[in-house]
Amino acid sequence: MNNTNFYFFKFLFSIYLGSLLIIISGDEVASKTLKIEVANGVIEPLPIAIPKFINSGNLNELAKNIAAVVADDLEGTGLFRSISLETKISEPINFDSPVQFSDWKSMNAKVLILGSVEVSGANQISVKFRLFDVFSQVPIQGGLKFSGPEKGWRRIAHKVADEVYSRITNERKYFDSRVAFVAEEGPKNNRQKRLVVMDYDGADQTFLTKKGGALVLAPSFSPDGTKLLFTSYESGLPRIYLLDIGSRKTVLLHEELGTMSFSPRFSPDGRDVVYSLFKDSNTDIYRLNIASNYTSRLTSSMAIDTAPSFSPDGKMVVFESDRSGSQQLYLIASSGGDAKRISFGKGRYGSPVWSPSGDLIAFTKQNNGRFHIGIMRADGSQESLLTASFLDDGATWAPNGRVVMFTRTTPGSGGSSTLYSVDITGRNLKPVRANSSDPTWSNLLN
Amino acid sequence: MSIFSKMLLISLMFSITSCTENVLSGSEFNRVPTEVNNLDNPNYFIEVVGSSVFFRTDGSILSKEAKDTLMAQVNWLLINKKTTAIIEGHSDELGTREYNLALGARRAAASRDFLVANGVEVSRLRILTFGKERPAEICSAELCYSKNRRSSTILDR
Repeated sequence: MNNTNFYFFKFLFSIYLGSLLIIISGDEVASKTLKIEVANGVIEPLPIAIPKFINSGNLNELAKNIAAVVADDLEGTGLFRSISLETKISEPINFDSPVQFSDWKSMNAKVLILGSVEVSGANQISVKFRLFDVFSQVPIQGGLKFSGPEKGWRRIAHKVADEVYSRITNERKYFDSRVAFVAEEGPKNNRQKRLVVMDYDGADQTFLTKKGGALVLAPSFSPDGTKLLFTSYESGLPRIYLLDIGSRKTVLLHEELGTMSFSPRFSPDGRDVVYSLFKDSNTDIYRLNIASNYTSRLTSSMAIDTAPSFSPDGKMVVFESDRSGSQQLYLIASSGGDAKRISFGKGRYGSPVWSPSGDLIAFTKQNNGRFHIGIMRADGSQESLLTASFLDDGATWAPNGRVVMFTRTTPGSGGSSTLYSVDITGRNLKPVRANSSDPTWSNLLN
Repeated sequence: MSIFSKMLLISLMFSITSCTENVLSGSEFNRVPTEVNNLDNPNYFIEVVGSSVFFRTDGSILSKEAKDTLMAQVNWLLINKKTTAIIEGHSDELGTREYNLALGARRAAASRDFLVANGVEVSRLRILTFGKERPAEICSAELCYSKNRRSSTILDR
């Protein structure tokens, strides 16, 4: 079994586990209906009906929008297909009345989301939903209610979709999350770059740095999603900064004459930063405590050591080094010590990022003039390449570790960068935002 | 192909080769500043001394040509003692962002170290890396990449 298949079958298994939940409450046929079918290696998306959320008429537009965001989230995974409801029989009008399963069955829906939205206070809304297995005519776990400010309706919709996704696939949630990145403008030899934060699906974009401001590179989210680390040329030299997203307050983290710093990433507890420091004619990995500003050096090779990323338990750091003569991936204890090489395939490896669950590392691979985003186990085994193009780089993990987002750059004088996402099976490759680079995906929001 | 046309071709090739050699030796001759020129002429350093030196893929070792150019910079800087400079290191676009930042820094440092070893005060020189962020040429071919893998000495004015 090749590596891509390994992850794929692991995934199928988890879908099957999801359907076990149905067997408990329904008949045995149900387990067959809620399996995502595979034909010729292609996943047949599960047909899901998501009618406009029920409301008393005053929230009609909002009810439609919430259903649309839920549908977009689920379809975006490549695992679901939202059924067009234009030829619908009758829209449900009461959240608590019995579901007319025969109607939904006739439309070939396998799953039904029944939702409602109502005003629950000044500028507050409540959204309820129930999930049904149409074939066996049983609910898939209990109903749920989310409440919050009306202007936060998108987040509520993402939470509904997360719950549906998680119940059916048995995977962890990821829709209620944000992505920060660099927006790019202008010609290749004078590209202007600004920090932006948006919902994972591209909605609600906010620029965090000024137009015409200093060159900025490679932001990285704090574990709690409120701050970003990034590299800026504000001082004239590349240096690492900490930005509070809410207040936009920006702090220079490392200033030392004759040095340059870049490639910063948080420790899992958010207290420390690992980064690259160019000092005395060489680049090594350092660690800095934000509160005390205490700095320690993790590597001291004569080679380029850069792009560090913590393991989720905080014990290890993966980084790239050309100490062997070409870029390869190495592990080192997060307190320092000897580095252990983990990449041994053909070509060069860089930009490693540890997965949220700790078992995988995503990376950029260069081989035979092509660039790939790949994943491997944290010990370097079971390498699997997810993409191939002129130039792919800068992977970041979805909070559930199922999807990777990265930068794809096209060649030529008019070349530009686009954010893409891809499932860790290599499926469902799709563009997320044009003229953008260096994505960083937050953890699941609270 | 007739013998006549072959001879014509050979003589053409010969004349092209000899032309190239003349151009090369001419420019090398020009690189040695012979007069105290020039603070009034901002392009003198760039065009005659040569502000940029070029590197092989992933390399930061100075070639013979790079050393010649840097030696001309040394001579200029030793004459114009008050001028300070920043040395920018760059890479081509074929590489990861973070590696190219480090690589640009290494190239800038290699050029600075050469200037310092040949008598330029280290206090007059600063270094900076742009990685692949500021290419000199923007095509995606070796023709451009070879001009982007560079360090450029920029005089402060």
